[in-house]
Amino acid sequence: MTQMTMAGAINRGLRAAMDRDEKVLLMGEDIGQLGGVFRVTDGLWKDFGPDRVMDTPLAESGIVGTAIGMAMRGYRPVIEIQFDGFIFPAYDQITTQLAKMHYRSQGRIQLPVVIRVPFAGGIGAVEHHSESPEALFAHTAGLRAISPATPQDAYDMIQQAIASPDPVLFFEPKARYWDKGEVDEGRVDAQLSAEDGASAGTAEMSRGRVARSGTDVTLVAYGPTVRLALQAAEVAGADGTSVEVVDLRSISPLDSATVVRSAKRTGRVVIVHEAPTAYGPGAELSARIAEEAFFHLHAPVLRVGGFHAPYPGSKLEHDYLPNLDRVLDAVDRVMTH
Amino acid sequence: MEAHGPHTDDDLVTMLTRTGERIPHPDFDRYAEDLDAATLRRMWHDMTVVRAFDNEATSLQRQGELGLWVQSLGQEAAQIGSGHALNGNDFVFPSYREHGVALTRGVDLPEILRIFRGLQHGAWDPEAHRFHLYTLVIGAHSLHATGYAMAMDRDGLVGTGDPARDGAVVCYFGDGATSQGDVSEAMVFAAVHDAPVVFFVQNNQFAISEPVTRQSRVPLAQRGAGFGIPSVRVDGNDVVACYAVTRWALERARSGGGPVLIEAFTYRMGAHTTSDDPTRYRTRADESYWAERDPIARLDTYLSSLGELGDDAREAVAAEVKELGRRTRETVRSWEVPAVGSMFEHVYAEPHATVDAERAWFERYERSFADQGVHA
Repeated sequence: MTQMTMAGAINRGLRAAMDRDEKVLLMGEDIGQLGGVFRVTDGLWKDFGPDRVMDTPLAESGIVGTAIGMAMRGYRPVIEIQFDGFIFPAYDQITTQLAKMHYRSQGRIQLPVVIRVPFAGGIGAVEHHSESPEALFAHTAGLRAISPATPQDAYDMIQQAIASPDPVLFFEPKARYWDKGEVDEGRVDAQLSAEDGASAGTAEMSRGRVARSGTDVTLVAYGPTVRLALQAAEVAGADGTSVEVVDLRSISPLDSATVVRSAKRTGRVVIVHEAPTAYGPGAELSARIAEEAFFHLHAPVLRVGGFHAPYPGSKLEHDYLPNLDRVLDAVDRVMTH
Repeated sequence: MEAHGPHTDDDLVTMLTRTGERIPHPDFDRYAEDLDAATLRRMWHDMTVVRAFDNEATSLQRQGELGLWVQSLGQEAAQIGSGHALNGNDFVFPSYREHGVALTRGVDLPEILRIFRGLQHGAWDPEAHRFHLYTLVIGAHSLHATGYAMAMDRDGLVGTGDPARDGAVVCYFGDGATSQGDVSEAMVFAAVHDAPVVFFVQNNQFAISEPVTRQSRVPLAQRGAGFGIPSVRVDGNDVVACYAVTRWALERARSGGGPVLIEAFTYRMGAHTTSDDPTRYRTRADESYWAERDPIARLDTYLSSLGELGDDAREAVAAEVKELGRRTRETVRSWEVPAVGSMFEHVYAEPHATVDAERAWFERYERSFADQGVHA
């Protein structure tokens, strides 16, 4: 076990993936000499050279579109979109081309492209630098969308995403980049070095996990809000409410089975994400809970998330984002319903 | 035709005039040296076949057998000429009107109609034909072509000097596509990476109803200069010039010389698609101007003047297209609609819980009718 930050874990994961498979290459703006604006690719340009760590022209659609062409020849491009709000110039390539090529070609063309997206808020940034657009991609068949909450998951999931034959949107909670945790580097390497490693890895990165066990309320989170959910569970526990925390890890597919199992035990669910609640991942999850666990529920499923307003100036973001008070308020409401 | 500002035909590379006269060209003659009578007759054959197929498909759409058809009528020289310049190492990214190029890549023409009958979105094995699937989002494939070319370069398939090894990519799109951001981005990426890609613009004068003057103030070929990409304007209804210019561009790209932009100045003699009505936006005068420049007629005239297109060749191709028409009609009508459950296949390469759950639900739903003795 090695202690590392989430950014460091992704960096180590990228390095391991590039060592394992010479077809893996990185593409993005400022990811070379600079190491990326968040330094996630730090040192890789020096060690792997500009052919495998490619500083691209400043054109997101161009990056994704050329990555598609390279993937058609067996490469595994890993793209860095500099900030969440800058993914939209590539939205057409991602949704009309990347997502649909496998289907359009009756499975003849696989596009193992990973798009890394530093996402979500809380860092005091300017406009377009704090958004949570994951629902837009989860809504598109053909794409996978995952988000790690810990350095261990970041290390494992980035490599599983790269090994997967499907296109994957990899949402990195940028506010958690510098959180530290213990990382076991051996397990995922053994998994992906095995013959069915890509399948096993894809299946594993698609599953949620119970991050904390509890009996009264299920708090569901992913990526940037998992830490908040665990804090809320701690505080609620001190007040005598036992909170279970499910870390979804994957938004598409959505591991509703793990959530429904928990919901049937606790009968109360609160979903926490930074993305706007309207039409967000929580809306889908809430519908599935209603369909599959309706008679086990003691209270309506509640959502805590961003509002149906543009992400505000950073002096207001702490009121826009889910915070401890809003999560605990929702826990109180499902407990007293 | 009214000369549309800069969009005139007075500076095109022409080697076969509209009256079927072969004229010399100082730069490109050497790229047409291998066009002997037999090869030109083969081009005439291919152009004739693809036009007959195109007309057959239009009829099938009118009979309700196809949901839509996209005519290539009038663009045969641009497509067959450039297509004949390709070899097996090259890879093609077509738009959706490149039926002539498809023919040169060995695609069995009726197979294209699977798309337009609504059976599936892609109808051939791209790798087997070195011919990618049609792309309907205008210009999106220009980036795929560029990325593919960048990857060929990485794979050591460019500039080795070994003709058995070196290849390039040709990307076809239209005048309308040149306004798309993706096409500009493709040229940026291709230029800075020196990618072996030939952008082949068929300027057929119209993007559905909009004339090319809505897309550009300058000849489309001139766009290349701003990207540092050499470009050439060619008479798109001259199969000899289209062949020669494409061959030049491909040899340059294959040898590591980087991208080229070709503007083939042609005319969409048909409608944009069978859903379109060109009488709303263009004149009979325009159409007759271009009818005089028919790409097949001028090659026919030239070959006839050489005594190289006899009745035997005409009769043979007439019999061939008659048989192709019969086979096309029969094939299209024989296709079975895919099983409903097939819509869940190939959404992902690896299992996806949502797809699996929805497919399972749908199968239960279908079975519920069978259980009740109801026949769907």
